[in-house]
Amino acid sequence: MIKIRDLYKSFHSKIVHNGVSFEVKEGEVFTLIGGSGSGKSVLLKQIVGLIKPDSGQITIDGTEISRLDDERLHEVQKMIGYVFQEAALFDSLTVGENVAFGLCNLIGRRFEDTLPIVKEKLALVGLTGVENYKPAQLSGGMKKRVGIARAIAFTPKILLYDEPTTGLDPVMSDVISDLILKLKRETGVTSIAVTHDMKSAYKVSDRIAMLYEGRVLEIGTPDQIQNSSNATVRQFIAGSSHGPIPVPDMDLA
Amino acid sequence: MQDTHKNIVSAIGAKVLRLVQSLGETAVLIQKTFGSIFQIRNGGKNVWYQMQEMGARSFSVTSLTLMFTGMVLALQTGTSFIKVFNEPLYVGRIVGISIVKELGPVLTAMVFAGRVGAAIAAELGTMKVTEQIDALYTLGTNPVKYLTVPRFIAAITMLPFLTIYSNFLGVFGGYLVATLKFSIPSPVYLDDIYALQIREVMHGLVKSVVFALIVVSVSCYKGLTTSGGAEGVGKSTTSAVVISMVSILIGDYFLSAVLVALRIG
Repeated sequence: MIKIRDLYKSFHSKIVHNGVSFEVKEGEVFTLIGGSGSGKSVLLKQIVGLIKPDSGQITIDGTEISRLDDERLHEVQKMIGYVFQEAALFDSLTVGENVAFGLCNLIGRRFEDTLPIVKEKLALVGLTGVENYKPAQLSGGMKKRVGIARAIAFTPKILLYDEPTTGLDPVMSDVISDLILKLKRETGVTSIAVTHDMKSAYKVSDRIAMLYEGRVLEIGTPDQIQNSSNATVRQFIAGSSHGPIPVPDMDLA
Repeated sequence: MQDTHKNIVSAIGAKVLRLVQSLGETAVLIQKTFGSIFQIRNGGKNVWYQMQEMGARSFSVTSLTLMFTGMVLALQTGTSFIKVFNEPLYVGRIVGISIVKELGPVLTAMVFAGRVGAAIAAELGTMKVTEQIDALYTLGTNPVKYLTVPRFIAAITMLPFLTIYSNFLGVFGGYLVATLKFSIPSPVYLDDIYALQIREVMHGLVKSVVFALIVVSVSCYKGLTTSGGAEGVGKSTTSAVVISMVSILIGDYFLSAVLVALRIG
């Protein structure tokens, strides 16, 4: 479904991706973990075409997308829903208009015709009666769910989640994890999630990959990752400040 | 010592390069915006909203600015002429010419830059740092068509209207002082105003179109290139207003020179 081959990306002198390669199978939830600044979100943005890689290939459903022009990229984007870290809802629009946005602009439907779909997708993420609210009137968890509803409104084949549980309380994080599993079960969507939340990663993932120093350090099922013999992976999933991953030099005495 | 010189030269070089890059990117944004004007679908509502925001909601502040400018101009002119000629001569003529050709378009554009330019940069900047611009792309919408085209259309149409309105208020402010303070008969003052030629009015209006383009392009560019969270939004907003105002003042001189050479005013 999604193939990443030898991806290289740098910003000025900072190398973010130094030969990233992996494959995501149809219908699976694939989770990317890694330290802050390891390039997980940049990778998602390259998959959706927001950032171009310096070199390498990103193939989606057989189409190599990294060098496509805007028009052909637009066609590929119709297959991809993107859930942003802070939801990225449009402040000036209502919740209903936000959810309908992709349907109107990506698929070309009239806003009036989208109302049943908007209600259905909001109900799918557990929200009813909020169509006329502005995003500023919603809690963090509700915004995330509206962001998910907006991403799934046009029934994409692929969903990209950028830190879907960040900033939420543990209960709401679990609600979002359950929602990711529900969407996989009910729609068969292929998902890539970027997260630091290991509890959520173990719960939702079919496979987990750890990005480290610009490359994929290890890929495996949640069980394999939890029982990894790699010291770097073990340190990261344990959330320990002691190990091979360098930490800032601070006087903590 | 040599290293210090080298550092100064490289710092200046980096600033010049950044300036040239920004100018180039602003030019590309203007070109993309004008190239997309006829491609927007269902943009009428958005354009109308922007016209209200930029035009209708700027009336009160431009009214105050130009009315008091006209009043103070009449006061200073009348007082000066009384000192020299013992009579408040040419008040209507000086107020009319100054307001219509210079003060009307320039001051209205300055107020527009402060109110509208800041709002554009802050709104687009906030959208940029909260990934709403990225969200637009992923939902099949080109931010230039959705965000900048309506703002360009609204600014370029509304600033000349605001300028015409401001001109009337500036002249009216001058009229109040001329008739009430200096007891100049109404017909005398109004005759001076009626003596204004259409090309003198056009001189000011052409300027207002160019000033609108400066404010909207600088503000959109600054908003769309914002980085660095809330602090970045603040910086973008400030620099959008400062660059717009300075560009208006510098541009006014060269524009005046060109328009005079073309016999427009």
